[in-house]
Formats: sequence, C-alpha cells, structure tokens
Amino acid sequence: MKDKGAAGLLEHYDPQGYFCEMLGLPGQPTGFTRPVWERIGRLGLDELHARARDAELELYNFGITFTVYTQKDSIDRILPFDVIPRLISPEDWQTIETGVTQRVTAINLFLHDVYHDRKILKDGVVPRELVLGNKNYRPEMCGLDVPFGTYVHINGTDLVRDHAGQFLVLEDNGRSPSGVSYVVENRHLMQRAFPDLMADIGIKPVSNYGQKLHEALAEIAPPGVDDPQVVLLSPGTYNSAYFEHIFLAREMGVPLVEGRDLVVEDDRVYMRTIAGLEPVHVIYRRINDDFLDPEAFDPTSLLGAAGLFGAYRKGHVALANAIGTGVADDKAVYAYMPRIIAYYLDEEPILPNVETNICREPEGLKHTLAHLDKLVVKPVGESGGYGITIGPRASRKELETCRKQLEADPANYISQPMVELSVAPTLVETGIEPRHVDLRPFVVTGRSTWVLPGGLSRVALTKGSIVVNSSQGGGSKDTWVLE
Amino acid sequence: MSNLLARYADAAFWMARYVERAENLARVLDVNETFSRDTRGGRNWLSVLQLYDDGERFHDRHDEATAAAVRHFYVLDPENPDSILSAIRTARENARTLRPLISTEMWIQLNIFYNRLRALAPEDLSEPRIARLCSFIKESCQAHTGITEGTFYRDAGWSFYQMGRALERADQTTRLLDVKYHLLLPGPAAVGSPVDLSQWNALLRSASGYHAYRRVRPSGMTPASVAGFLLFHDDFPRSVNACIKALGATLSDLRTRYGLTGGVQAMAEVEALRGSLEGASIEAVIAGGLHEYIDGIQVRLMAITDGLGQEFFGRASAGSEAPQAATEG
Repeated sequence: MKDKGAAGLLEHYDPQGYFCEMLGLPGQPTGFTRPVWERIGRLGLDELHARARDAELELYNFGITFTVYTQKDSIDRILPFDVIPRLISPEDWQTIETGVTQRVTAINLFLHDVYHDRKILKDGVVPRELVLGNKNYRPEMCGLDVPFGTYVHINGTDLVRDHAGQFLVLEDNGRSPSGVSYVVENRHLMQRAFPDLMADIGIKPVSNYGQKLHEALAEIAPPGVDDPQVVLLSPGTYNSAYFEHIFLAREMGVPLVEGRDLVVEDDRVYMRTIAGLEPVHVIYRRINDDFLDPEAFDPTSLLGAAGLFGAYRKGHVALANAIGTGVADDKAVYAYMPRIIAYYLDEEPILPNVETNICREPEGLKHTLAHLDKLVVKPVGESGGYGITIGPRASRKELETCRKQLEADPANYISQPMVELSVAPTLVETGIEPRHVDLRPFVVTGRSTWVLPGGLSRVALTKGSIVVNSSQGGGSKDTWVLE
Repeated sequence: MSNLLARYADAAFWMARYVERAENLARVLDVNETFSRDTRGGRNWLSVLQLYDDGERFHDRHDEATAAAVRHFYVLDPENPDSILSAIRTARENARTLRPLISTEMWIQLNIFYNRLRALAPEDLSEPRIARLCSFIKESCQAHTGITEGTFYRDAGWSFYQMGRALERADQTTRLLDVKYHLLLPGPAAVGSPVDLSQWNALLRSASGYHAYRRVRPSGMTPASVAGFLLFHDDFPRSVNACIKALGATLSDLRTRYGLTGGVQAMAEVEALRGSLEGASIEAVIAGGLHEYIDGIQVRLMAITDGLGQEFFGRASAGSEAPQAATEG
C-alpha cells in the first residue's frame, strides 16, 4: 500500500490556493474523489507516463484528430489528452443538469419570442437593437414555427468554477457546439488504458449519446413521416471537426452527407444515391447558417444546397439546430440571460453568469475603462478564445491597445472580472501539477431535454494559462459523473 | 435502410483500386530486384518505367534511371501520383470519406500503414532493405484486403469495393503482359524466337502466378502459354478472365439485389469483354497482335469504369475531373 514514490507523487501536488476538482478547498478535502486519487498515487509516475503514451498513440492511430492547415501542408493533430480524470459528485451534477436544462429552456423560449411576438423586446428587458441589429439575427425566420418550439437541439454550455467551487456559466453555444466526440472517445480510451482505475467506482455512462441524439432528431421530423431519414451535413473531409462528424454519423447510423450530395426539388430535399434521389427529412447540420443555402443566404457558398431554406420554410425538412440561433448565444445577449430566465420562467438562474459589464451601455464602458487592469475584455463576435485581453496579465502596451479598441467600438465588447478558475491535477513531465479546467456539458432537446452526464472537460495545459481552447494549447480530460 | 450515397460508392471503388495498385507495384519492384538484376543490371529499372509508361515523367526530374532513383520515384515520391506513398495516401483519403461506413479496424490499419510509409527514410529503400520493405507493403495491402473481407458490412459499398479491386487487378495484369511482350519481341519477325526465360519467370512472379502456372504446366514454359495463362485461365485469381468474371457477377448481383436501373452501360461492356476473352485462343491472339488485343481490353476496362462513374457515382463523363482529390481516375 505505502509505496514511497507513489506517496511522494501525491504529496507534492499543490493546488496553490485554487479550488481543486480532486481535493476541493484547502482544509476541506472532498471525500468522493479519494478512492480514485489514491489509486492514481499507487500507479506511480512511470506507469502513468507509459499509459499516457499508449493512449496518445491510440488517438493518433484511430485518427481522432483535428487538422491544422499550413500554407504547404496539412497536419493531423490529436487533441492532447490528460489521463487523470475530472470527477463530478452526484450533487454537483444535479445542479449542473437542472441548471443547463433551465438555461436551454429559456433560450428556446427567447428565440421563439424573438422570431414571433418580440414581447421581451417590447417590455424592454433586452435592448431591441441588440437582437434585431445582431449579425446572427435572421429575419427570414420571423413567423416560422419549429417543432415543439425547439430551436437549439444541441447546446453546449461552457461552465467554469470559481475560487469557492461555485459553477458559473461562461458562455452559451447554441449554433454548432463541438467536442462531444471527445467525451465519448476519451471514455473509451480510459476504459482501455485504466480499467484498474475505474473498477467499482460507479460512473455514469456516456456511450448512448448517438442514440439519444437520433431520438431527438427523429422527433422533429415533418409530420406524417414514420421512419424519417436523418442525415448529418458536414462541410467535408477538410473541415477541422470532420472526425466529430464521422463519429456522430456512425453513432446515429445515418449517412454523412455534403452539400453536393443534396438536391432540392419542389421544396423537398433529396440525397443522391446509387439508386437515384431519396428523400431526406431531418438534417443535423454542422455548417453555419450563412452557408446552408446559396439562394437564401451567402450566394457564394458551395457547402449547402440551393433551395434548402425553401424546403425548411414549408416544413418539409427539419434542421438542427434551427436557423438564427446565434442571436441567443451571442456574448452580449449572454449578459441578459439571468433576466431572460426570470422573464420566461419566473425562476432564479440555477447556474449564475459570471458578472458581466456591457460596454455598449455607458455605465459598463465607464466601469471597464476604469478597471481595465483587473478585467477580462472580450469581443462579442469572436470565438475560440481570440481577441481576449486578460487585464491582470496584459502588458501596459496591450492594455493601451485594448483601451483604444474599446473607445472606438464599445458595443463590440463585454468585460468580466477575472474568475480564478478551478484546477485539476494534470500529468506533466515531472509529476502531477494543477492546471485550469472548464466544462462543456451537452444538452439535447427534441420534445424534451436530456443532458449527457459529464461533458467535455478542457484543460489549459500550459502552466498558469486559463485559455482552454484546442487552438491555443488546450487539451481534454475524461469527465466522470459519479453515481 | 437508405441506399448508398453515390459519393460513397465512388470512394469505395477507388479505395480498393488504389490499395490493389500499391500491392501490384510493390510486387513488381520486389520481383525486379530479386529476379532480374543479375544479367541486365540497371537496365531493368527502365522496364519498370516502361511498364507504367512513366519514362517521360521520370526523366523530367531525374537524369539517369539509377536503381535508387527509380525505387524512390515509385515508393516514396510524393510528387509522383503513382508512387506507393501517393496510392496509399489516396486510398486513405477515400477511407476518410468512407469512415462513416467502413469498420474502425479498416480505418486504423490504413491510417497506420500510411503513417508508416510517411515515416520511411531514403535508406529504407536501399538495396539490402528493399525486399523487406516490399514485403511490408504487400502484407499491409493484403491485411487491408483481409480486414475488409472480414469486417465490411455487406451492403452495396462492398460490391463497389469488390468491383474496384477486380478491375484494378485486371488492368495491372494487362500492363505487365503488354510491356514484357514488347521487350521480348523487338520486331514482328522475332515472334517465336528464343527468349530469355528468366524474364517470363519474373513476369509470372510479378503477378504472383509462378506456382500456379507450374501446377498447370509442370513442364516447359513458353511465352505464349504464360501469356495465355495470365489472360484466360479460369481459376487464377489475377488472370484477366477471372477478374472480369468476378466483376460481372458482382455487378449483376448488385443490380438485382438493390433493384438498380443504372449500370446498363457498364454491364454491356463487361459482357462484351467476357465474350472476347472466353472465345479466344492465345495463338490466334498472338497472330493478330498481342499488343493490339491488350489495348482492346484496356479500352473496355476504361469504358466499364466510365459506365460505373456515370450511372452510379454521378460523374459527368469519360475523363472528366474527379470530384475531389480523394478520387481520381
């Protein structure tokens, strides 16, 4: 039991005052993680490294990769995988599950309202121009009814945990959230590499995601279609998330199509097969609104199918997610989410927002400019962690640039206090060290809502970094929701 | 279950063809190295260039057909679309397109195979190592074929895969025969003159047919009988006749099973080709000109590919641009 080296491995781990996903707060250790933590200690550093290398090789051989394109070459990279799992207690999961369900429910009600009666705008709860002037607002959707009022069928809510362990919503992703394939593949990887770590722990399974997704998609098929043909629409093999598209198509047992496989005739969508054209009823599309239909949106798009929007308007085909959902996951609208939840559900948000200053409002701008060195400033239109200025870590010059940008176009920015993100023990060359993590649970909604237990835990592998995006040095961990 | 996407049928057909092509090329390089170098030395590497009609493309980039240069050109040259590396890259790209359809094992094997090829260094192609490398490539291609046989769901995709493989095999066998025939018979008057038996020996081995031929013909070896064996023999899996029979059976079964109305043109071409193979004797073929006869077969093979392309894959017409890099004619 008392392996000297192993004991040292855990003893040297120091969360440096941050809330730790494995150890909780200093002086208040969390009990539920103890069996796993002790087993990790017993494995020892060499064994952990050996298994991590095997796992990495397996990811590469499986082709669980995203593609990075340079001018000359394309490189398949794996999303770095950390073998030490991130654990979630049953109680915390209860909070997350009800919290993200509440949030998605409110978002769907908001979208229906925005594209119909606009009561929330008339009542002045959300500024009219914030919605109607948003570049993701789609006037084409006005008055169109979608099955069960569900616009966001697949949602990814980015959560972080602060210094006290409180879960906060950092961002909503209601367009085409990605990453769920890693959740399932990470679990499979752990099952192969660490059966001894998982034995008798009682972890909620994640492998039925494809079936749950297919069920929800079948529910939104046009009325009268008994056995709907669901397809996944991908931009193609060169898309960096192609692996995930393959994964989802396989797990659902549906064809992965590209725009050139689809034809629209008389407002009905078909796919080209070896036997000619066959009808398509539901499209899980992994391409943006702009590219869906060159006749309705971006005329230069080669990724979609001409006439698709017409078929959609007539109700002959269902799209997941619906068109125009980007107006709800915008970083500026995010600031209003607590009020949106209260407006439609008459409830307090179960998962609070990170406190947010809206720079389009004079007060928000003034506060932001006065506390620039203490705040995180984010452009509202960017994703992937780009364009962010982290005040406490920025140079004088960077702060000055940020100030100029804010003054030139305040409406393009929000600011938030710097959240001391929680950490999780992570395997590095010399041992186990704390690294900051976030969590993206995936929420699937057709007639009703289902939440995949766990989600994608992203980890900022660079020491001290709080940017978890895969494009900027992030990796992932398996996420265990305990039973 | 819905019918197979046309694009998937296309990719399955070409994935099979490219793996088959790489396997044949590895065998040719191996045989050339092992059985032909003693008497002819470097000149024999020229014959490989002739086999694939690559003389011009090769000489654009190299001054001399040294053994090392030719080996590199055919194994690792990423700029040569017919190198083994390029063929497996294309096969892998098709497999990537097909990943929603094919087994994970098929994908992993091709992915690892390609990554290993990419990691090869020039010294892995050196003379002492080339035989081992060729074995690795052949075995990897055969592993692909075996995994596919054992794991590929038997839908229409499997039929297109089999047709691709049969067609490529037939094509490769005709190429082998055509170039050797020219080499060995420099002028019309030389038909029937004494020949270098080791060349025919190498030819049979390049088609993995040496032992089968020996069983059929325990004594003696004549150019005509070798050519006849590779063209017409019913039971040798790489003979043109056996490949075309298999292709015809698969196509006919596919059309019946899925009630497909397409494939008429390809079926007609297959029937015509089968007719010309079944009725023929090698003596008559040689008298009429083997090269012309083989040319005729190759034209029909292209017409079959074209017919499948137009009626099943949604390609425009003969010689049209491939829809993407993953599939090329």
